[in-house]
Parts: sequence; structure tokens; C-alpha cells
Amino acid sequence: MAGFRAAVVTFPGSNCDRDMAVALEKVSGTAPIRVWHGDADLPDRLDFIALPGGFSYGDYLRSGAMAANSPVMRSVKAAAERGVPVLGVCNGFQVLTEAGLLPGALMRNAGQNFICRTVALGVENTQSLFTSGYENGATVHIPVAHHDGNYFADDATLDRLEGEGRVAFRYLEAVNGSQRQIAGILNEAGNVLGMMPHPERAIEQDHGGTDGRALFESAVRALAGATA
Amino acid sequence: MSQITPEIVESHGLSLEEYERVLHALGREPNMVELGIFSVMWSEHCSYKSSRLHLKKLPTEAPWVICGPGENAGVIDIGDGQAAIFKMESHNHPSYIEPYQGAATGVGGILRDVFTMGARPVANANALRFGRPDHPKMQHLVKGVVAGIGGYGNCVGVPTVAGETNFHPAYDGNILVNAMTVGVADADKIFYSAATGLGNPIVYVGSKTGRDGIHGATMASADFGEDAEEKRPTVQVGDPFTEKLLIEACLELMATDAIVAIQDMGAAGLTSSSVEMATNGKAGIRLDMNKVPCREEGMTPYEMMLSESQERMLMVLKPGKEAMAEAIFRKWELDFAVIGEVTDTGHMVLEWNGEVVCDIPLGPLAADAPLYDRPYLSKEEYKAWAQIKPLGEVPDSADVGADLLKLMATPNLASKRWIYEQYDSQVGADTLQTGGDAGVVRVHGTKKALAITTDCTPRYVYADPYEGGKQAIAEAYRNLCAVGARPLAVTNCLNFANPQRREIMAQLVHALEGMGDACRALDFPIVSGNVSLYNESKATGGGSAILPTPAIGGVGIIEDYATMMTMGFKNAGDAIYLVAPDFWAKPDPTRSHLGKSRWLLDVMGRDEGRAPPVDLQAELGAGSIVRRLIAAGLVNAVHDISDGGLAVALAEMALSGGIGATALHNEAYTAAQWWFGEDQGRYVVTVAETNVDAFNAILAEGPETEAASLIGFQRLGTVGGDAVLDVALADLREAHQSFFREWMEG
Repeated sequence: MAGFRAAVVTFPGSNCDRDMAVALEKVSGTAPIRVWHGDADLPDRLDFIALPGGFSYGDYLRSGAMAANSPVMRSVKAAAERGVPVLGVCNGFQVLTEAGLLPGALMRNAGQNFICRTVALGVENTQSLFTSGYENGATVHIPVAHHDGNYFADDATLDRLEGEGRVAFRYLEAVNGSQRQIAGILNEAGNVLGMMPHPERAIEQDHGGTDGRALFESAVRALAGATA
Repeated sequence: MSQITPEIVESHGLSLEEYERVLHALGREPNMVELGIFSVMWSEHCSYKSSRLHLKKLPTEAPWVICGPGENAGVIDIGDGQAAIFKMESHNHPSYIEPYQGAATGVGGILRDVFTMGARPVANANALRFGRPDHPKMQHLVKGVVAGIGGYGNCVGVPTVAGETNFHPAYDGNILVNAMTVGVADADKIFYSAATGLGNPIVYVGSKTGRDGIHGATMASADFGEDAEEKRPTVQVGDPFTEKLLIEACLELMATDAIVAIQDMGAAGLTSSSVEMATNGKAGIRLDMNKVPCREEGMTPYEMMLSESQERMLMVLKPGKEAMAEAIFRKWELDFAVIGEVTDTGHMVLEWNGEVVCDIPLGPLAADAPLYDRPYLSKEEYKAWAQIKPLGEVPDSADVGADLLKLMATPNLASKRWIYEQYDSQVGADTLQTGGDAGVVRVHGTKKALAITTDCTPRYVYADPYEGGKQAIAEAYRNLCAVGARPLAVTNCLNFANPQRREIMAQLVHALEGMGDACRALDFPIVSGNVSLYNESKATGGGSAILPTPAIGGVGIIEDYATMMTMGFKNAGDAIYLVAPDFWAKPDPTRSHLGKSRWLLDVMGRDEGRAPPVDLQAELGAGSIVRRLIAAGLVNAVHDISDGGLAVALAEMALSGGIGATALHNEAYTAAQWWFGEDQGRYVVTVAETNVDAFNAILAEGPETEAASLIGFQRLGTVGGDAVLDVALADLREAHQSFFREWMEG
């Protein structure tokens, strides 16, 4: 969709920022604006904000902890509160939890090792602006690549997430020890999605699969519907 | 009173004869700073003093070679105004002492060699050799090395797409960690190291200098003694986050017109980078050591010059560009300091606290550098020393299926999934293939793709250094052809033991001869490389030398990646063919087919026989035929035949595709020879039923070249079912996955 005004934030140590930008452009037809973490202000009238994967600040503290405090995140929080869709993938998901935009935490993988492989996911919520393009109960295959993807929250939070339909994606196999095999969650309003799998690595046949494409298409379509 | 005693000279790894050369080069006695600089510049690691004479015999040129050995990495033309820049380097000794940091900084160092020249790194590969899995240290070493490679490469965001891992007791006390990086640059934006321009500022960027890694290059140039553990402080510590920032900052600055020359600080740090830049520019250099950014208080010029702290670069800028360059590095939160200038004195002069603390004439430092023509055994003498004899009587395989299952579960043929899943192989979203014959990554935004492979069969090189050297090149060539790539050029990492032993020097010299002949025959030049000697260890009580391991990194190009080939079987009913030299297909009692094979070693327990000979014209012919069939779209799976022979090749194709096959035994051979022989120059290809006529028509046309006329085709069998050689795929998969699972997680 022409005029889809997305921003991809680059933190020092982000390394999937280009991949995210390429995916957004391929699907929406418009190149996203690249935003530097030190910029306190985001461009105005954004339709979509993406926090990409990588190792922000080396993740030498807790993964995502430093980035969550960088100047741009104040603007990201404000935009999220206004209802702008925010997608955090991998390190971006870690940043969102550290910033308090999503509940829970991503701990070291249960097996202690970094894991890179394509995993099977169940799509649990097809009502959100990120997932409306998937069929209810669909199984999709999307790559993961992380060291700290072991999702943890207390039982009350987990029950609430489940009860409110905020588990967007669930692993269909044992991957990293996540509570209830959670791979991706939504915020209460449904406009913030954090997920460990990399949808931007599954948008072309040459990637080995295109199951990530529907996520971006959903977001573009949601905006088209909202402005129509 | 002399400051420099024989003990000090020896502790710097210099012989007394070499110290005489220092006195000659300098015309006086050196001070400690100068001695330190001579010692690292003349170490085996930096000077190639034992190998240089023989390295000259390697072919390094082709019309597509932009820059061969001598710079930070090799550069080749990949069309459309683009270049691929690549190199492989060893980090063996540090990885044995401290596996995580040793391997991590090995990756960091090779990445810097590549982006120093203006390339964005697009792929990493590696070649690893470990000792016996049941050696008490080995699990710790494997875990540390794999985590270190992943920890660094994953963080900087460069996908690791290819690699090989072997186990052999000869590496018990001296593992090998060879890391390779491939980058892509604009062919008219390549950066070199020659410092020029009188008065131009010399700039230090990156991390601060600490006391880590002092004398690393010297350590890497000596045998391990009993005290290997005590050398831990000489291992550097890596910071991939800073490296990622350094990549982005350097590439941002390179997009402007500010840089005259640039060199990374690798082995021997500030010393080798400044000496090489000034020497390559036929200039002089003056540095103010008070301006070097230091991590610790009270560092001396000696320590600053010999530190191997990581993630540092040295640049010569055009005058007046300092402020613009500094702004870029500050944005990326990196140190930036003008520490000196280019001079025309031909000397390296270091000043500290207002005094000259070093003044070395660069001409003599290079000209007087030691160069050894070390004695070596002839091929016949070597054969006698190594007690290599033709293979005697070998009983046949009693149960091919059982032998196949056994082989697939051995450490060397087992699935390396436990390893490669710890590497981010997808970052960049341009990876098209991993786990096959070669890793393949797209050249971003084009239809082109680069294929990358690492290869060497050390047990062959030991049995016959000349044929083994040829085989390493030929296998890399074959792996690139198998994915549909045109092989372009090679980097190498020459890992050998102590060259002062004549049998070790014979391994080096003869392997290089074999590699040179293979590269010439296959038009596959060597554009970069590294030599790692003294890979032997007393640490494990054996005084054991490693197997000679000239690891090869091959790079090829696929012009249109839509034609890329993979090895997995595709559809039931596809016809399976063997592509092999015709002479191989005629049973020949003088050829054993099984010498030094995995089957002989792992099933029969016999480490015997000669390495398989390599017919280079047949390799050339088979490669061209395979590439032609792939380009014409007539085959739908291709795999080369290597360790474990035909049976293992078929099993790997079946596991990769998730579908079995039936195949016939050619009764002219024993079952062992047919299924497990490791004869060279062979591929397995499959043809869809709908393509059989077109395939036969191409075969009927006959060979396009003389080399291709050496190659024949045999129908082997048909894809389908859920078994290979009557072994159920499920059992095969279980055997393949079992070794690492039980070793690491059991």
C-alpha cells in the first residue's frame, strides 16, 4: 500500500534492522523510515513502528535492558499509548518487555545454547491487527535465532494473557523452555506485539517459506481498513 | 652494560642467529621496545619465514582476481561492478587455552580483515578439528569453541553458513579453529593498506588498548609446552558489540572520500598494522604513544605496541578530514584519536613523554627478516617415514546396511546439527542454503549468489601430502559445482606441526605442490591465506603433531540463484545416476578404492592404505558436466561423494529430502568397494521422469570438452520409499543424530 508510513528503529547492536526494512518495503511497497536510537523524537504520523532483532548494546546487561532506556523509547511508548502498531521481534521483544510495554521477561534458553532453526508455531489469535491474515488455528513455520527466548511470567499474568486472547503465537515443539510454549504476545489494547520468531526471515520462497508474510500484510490491511 | 641478555632474546622467541640479524638491521643494540617489535614482526605468524619460499609456488592470478595475497584479504570480481573479499585464518593456540574467547576473537579478527578492505561481511564459515571425543578436555573445548564462534558471529549479525568438523586423536592437545569471512564491496571502492602522503594524519579508532594478548603472535609460533594453561593471559578478549559498531562506522566513513589507507590491528596489534602500512606505502611513520587510547593506567610503549586488544583499526586520512571522520566514530560511541603522521624518513619512530623510544629503519626490518629453506624429506623418504603401504587383503562388508548405520553414527559423519543450530545462519535474510555441499548467500539486491565451502581431508594429506593437497582443492571445487556455482577462487589456512622437523616440512612442501597443481588445473587461484605452524603439543604428554591440515575455503558464484541446486532427494520415481570418471567405472584390481576410507577406519578399525589419487582433468570434466546439467535444469538433486563413499552420499541425500531410494550394487566390485570406496571426482545426481529424455539427449550429444570425455554416467537406482540400502530412514536419522545428542546432552 502506497504511503504506509513505517519506522524501523536501529539501536547500537541491532542487526536485523535492514532485514525488517526490506520485509516492510516488500510487503507494503513503501520503504520505511530508519530511525536512530538517539533521536528523542519519532517522525510524525507513523502507521507502524518496528523494533528489530540483534544484540542492542551487546546485551551485556539483560537482553534489551539498555535499549529500553534509550531516548527513542520514550517516543515509542507514547506512540504505543496512542494506538500506533508496534512490532518487536527477538531483541525487539526483549526491549518491549524491559520497557514495560509487554508483561513478562525473556530468560536464557532452557538448554543454555543459542538456537537457530525454523520452528512450527500455532497462531492462537487471528483477530489482532498483526494476525488477521492467518487462518484460525493455523500452523506456520518461522525461524527463531536467539539465546534469550525463554518467556517467563507469573501464573496470574499467564492466565490473564491466555484468558484475554493475548497469546498470538505458541511453539508447537519444545524450543527454549518458554512458559506454556509462548512465542509471541500482545498488549492489552492489541496494538503491540512482541515475538521471538523472525517473520521478516520468512517472506520469500527463497527464504524457504513465506509464513511470515501474512503478519506484515495484516498490518498493512488493518491500516488500509482504518483509513478507508 | 648490555640491557638485552640472551635470556631476554630467547623469551621473545628469537634465536641468537636471528638476534644477530636484528643487530645488523638496526646497526646497534635495540632497546626493549625495538626488540619487542622485531620479535613479533619476525615471528612465524607475521613473517612466514618457514613457508614463504614455498607459498610462492601457488597460483594467485586469474582474469577475475582483483587482489591476491599480501593485503588483508583476497578480492575477486563477481560482475556488475561488485567484488567478493574473503580470507580464512587460524586461531588454534588461543582456542585450546581458552576456547570461548579464542574462537570468538578468531571470528572477530577475520571479520576485520574483510571489512578493512571496504566489504560488508555477508557470510562466515569455519573449519574445526578436535581430538578424541572421549578425551577429558574435548567436550569442554567443543562447547567453548562453538559457543565462541556463535557468540561473536551472531552478535555482529553475519550469518554462519558453512563449515566442517572432524575428530582425530592427533588433535587431542592442539585443536584447530579456522574461521573464514566473505564480504561484498563495490569493485571501485576497495581499500588498501599503503600509507602515503607526507604529513597525512594517522588515526586510531575502535576500542582502547589494554594489556591483553601481549605476545600472542609469538605464542602462536611455538610448540605448546607443559605450561599451556599458564598462557591464558596471552589470549585476547572479544567484544562483538564493539565490532558491530566498528563495521558500521568504518563502512559509513568508507562511503565518503576520506581514507587513504586502512589496516586492522590483528596479530601483533599496533606493531604490525603500523609497520605494514608504512612499508606498503614505502613511507615512514611517526607515532606519539601518549595519544594511544589506553584502557589501563601506566601502560608502557612496549605494552601498547605488543598488545593484541581486539576491535581496533589504524587509518591514514586525507588532510582536513579528521573532524568529519571523528563525528562518525563518536556517533557510534567509538574511540577516535590522531596518534601520528606519515613521514618520508623510511623509519618507524615512536615518541613517548617527549623522548624517542623506538627508531627502526623499515627497509632493513623487512629486508633482513629471516627466510628459511628448511630441509624436508623427499616423497619417497616421507612414505617410508610414515610407513604408508598399499592396502593388503580386506574382507568384504558382511552387512552393508549395518555398516552404513554404524558410519552415520560416528563422530566424523554424524549430523553436526548440535553445532550449526548454535550459529545464526539466517541473519541478513539472504541465506539460500546451509547444511548442503556449500553454503549459499544472495548478493543483496541482485540475482547473484555466492557459494562457500570449507574442505580438507587430513588423513589423506598425512598418507600422501601431495595427493592430499590436491584432494582438498578438488573437494572444494566439487562442493561448489554441486550447488551449481562456478568456482572462482580459494583461501587457505595451512595448519602444520613443527617445520623444523624434516617430515613435517615435507608435509608442508608436498601439500603445497599438490594444492598448486590442483589450483592451476582447475583455474581456481589462491587469493589469500594464513599459515599456522608448530601445532603440536606436549600438554597431553605425547609430543604429538597434528595431522597436516591445509584447510581450504572455496568461493564460487551462481549468476542466477533460481538455478541453485540442493542435495536432498525430491520426488519418488526420480532416476539416480552416478557421474564419475570412466576409468573408475572399469574395475581395476590395482586400485584399492578403500585406502584411508572411513569404512576401513571406523568399521574395520584399520588405518591403512594410500590416499585416493585425484585426477584433475576428470575433476574438471565432472564439474563442468554437473554445472551444465544444473544450468539446463535437467537434474533436481546433486551431491558429491566424499567421506563414507556412495552409501553415505545416498543416505545424506535421503535424510535431506525425507525420502528414500533403491540402488543397485555393481557386482564387478566388492560391496565394500562399491558402497564405501572414496574414489574422487564423483557425484550423485537425480533426474525427474519428465526430464529423462532431455537428459539422455544431452548425454548423447557427447562431451563438450576433452576433460568431459573422461566422465561417464551409470544408472544407480530410483528415488522412493522410506529406506536406503534397506535401512529405514527413521533408523538412519536416529543414528545420524545420536552422537552429539548423547555426547552433549545425554
